[in-house]
Amino acid sequence: MIKINVDMTKCQHYGMCVFEAPNVFKLNTDDKLEYTATAEDSERANVEAAVDVCPMQAIFIVD
Amino acid sequence: MTKPVVIVGASMGGLRSAEALRRFGYTGPITVIGDEPWAPYNRPPLSKEVLAGDVVSHETVAFPQRAATADVGWVLGRRVVSTDLEHNTVTTDDGEVFEYSNLIVATGLRPKRQVYPNNIHAGRHIIRTIDDAMALRAELKPGVRVVVLGAGFIGCETAATARKLGCEVTVVAPGTVPMLRPLGEELATELQRRQEAEGVRFLLKRSVADLVGESRIEGVTLDDGTELACDVFIEAIGSHPNTEWLEGSDIDITDGLLCNANLRALKTSGEAWSNVWGVGDVVRFPNSIFDEIPRRVEHWNIPSECAKYVGSAIATGEAGEVFRPIPSFWSDQFDVHILAFGLLALADRNKLVEGAIDGDCVFEYYRGDKLVGAAGIGLRSVVQGYRKVFEG
Repeated sequence: MIKINVDMTKCQHYGMCVFEAPNVFKLNTDDKLEYTATAEDSERANVEAAVDVCPMQAIFIVD
Repeated sequence: MTKPVVIVGASMGGLRSAEALRRFGYTGPITVIGDEPWAPYNRPPLSKEVLAGDVVSHETVAFPQRAATADVGWVLGRRVVSTDLEHNTVTTDDGEVFEYSNLIVATGLRPKRQVYPNNIHAGRHIIRTIDDAMALRAELKPGVRVVVLGAGFIGCETAATARKLGCEVTVVAPGTVPMLRPLGEELATELQRRQEAEGVRFLLKRSVADLVGESRIEGVTLDDGTELACDVFIEAIGSHPNTEWLEGSDIDITDGLLCNANLRALKTSGEAWSNVWGVGDVVRFPNSIFDEIPRRVEHWNIPSECAKYVGSAIATGEAGEVFRPIPSFWSDQFDVHILAFGLLALADRNKLVEGAIDGDCVFEYYRGDKLVGAAGIGLRSVVQGYRKVFEG
């Protein structure tokens, strides 16, 4: 399992992460970011891609 | 011994290139050479949240380093000054020669500078590096009078940040509306209105003719002769590609490194170098989403997209499909957060398709009948939806 943390004081809900890891991140009906705090190891590459494309660099994988 | 892949430029493009090489299975040596003393860090916050913070430090903007690239050789604080593409070498400013198997050019941009008759330096700033941001942050105190030259994104974001810090901010620019080219008349005018509502002053259709002051800046003289007192002067007038080190090679560096749609650098004959690649905003490349005209694209996602493509091509030995990334950018100014996809500057018209201009809204941008971009304030799901349109 990997643990994911998003710094919601930084997040501006741009939603770039949703495209890279749709199983972990989504924009809700109010266009606000929601995410799962853990994910299977098989999601690591996708979550790393989400970390990389976040304009605010607000996503962290907690190892 | 296997010659390494040498990446010149140790910013986001360099880091992402090294990561992509490993991800796509390249196991040989990698050397990354950069002129800044810092490990790769994220530049956009330097005009925004990092500049607005109490402390500007490399730690706050450093990219996370991953296990997969732990064995990359970082050569930092040294500048590559020349290259010999025929013999596969680059040379640094201390005279060391590095041989390469493949060369990735990721040297990015540097800010354009003005030269004035009274060309004093104290109190004068640019924003490109962490060191620039640290130096500027130290001067942005409440009540300080700031003049920003240039009304592009960096100029306007810096103006907003300085205003939030309590400075008296004036933006001077030759255009009629700030950010006109990237955003179009309507959205740009609305952003100007929102900036002005926060207390930023715009002096448009004006330029700075000279600086006032002896040991440090005390003001600027505008082209109409008026004098504007200030304590800090920030130049944000665009960028220049760092390609001088490639001069003398059989290569086209007119306004950036010219590459084909596989991101291979081109000889003056039009033939591509087999082992010289371009990554990031230093590159001029065609993008078949729009047309066949090579352009430099100064958007934050471009270095990463290039890196993925080039890393894969080198690691697998296959060029794959042509490179056709969807450019995207964002901008944060006060409580306005814009997100856009496409090349909005290509448009000859735009139209409001969702919301209202004084609230959340989405615009489409057209060149003739062809959609070339979309931008929105808020309404993220709608804006994100344009990705699919451009993927086609």
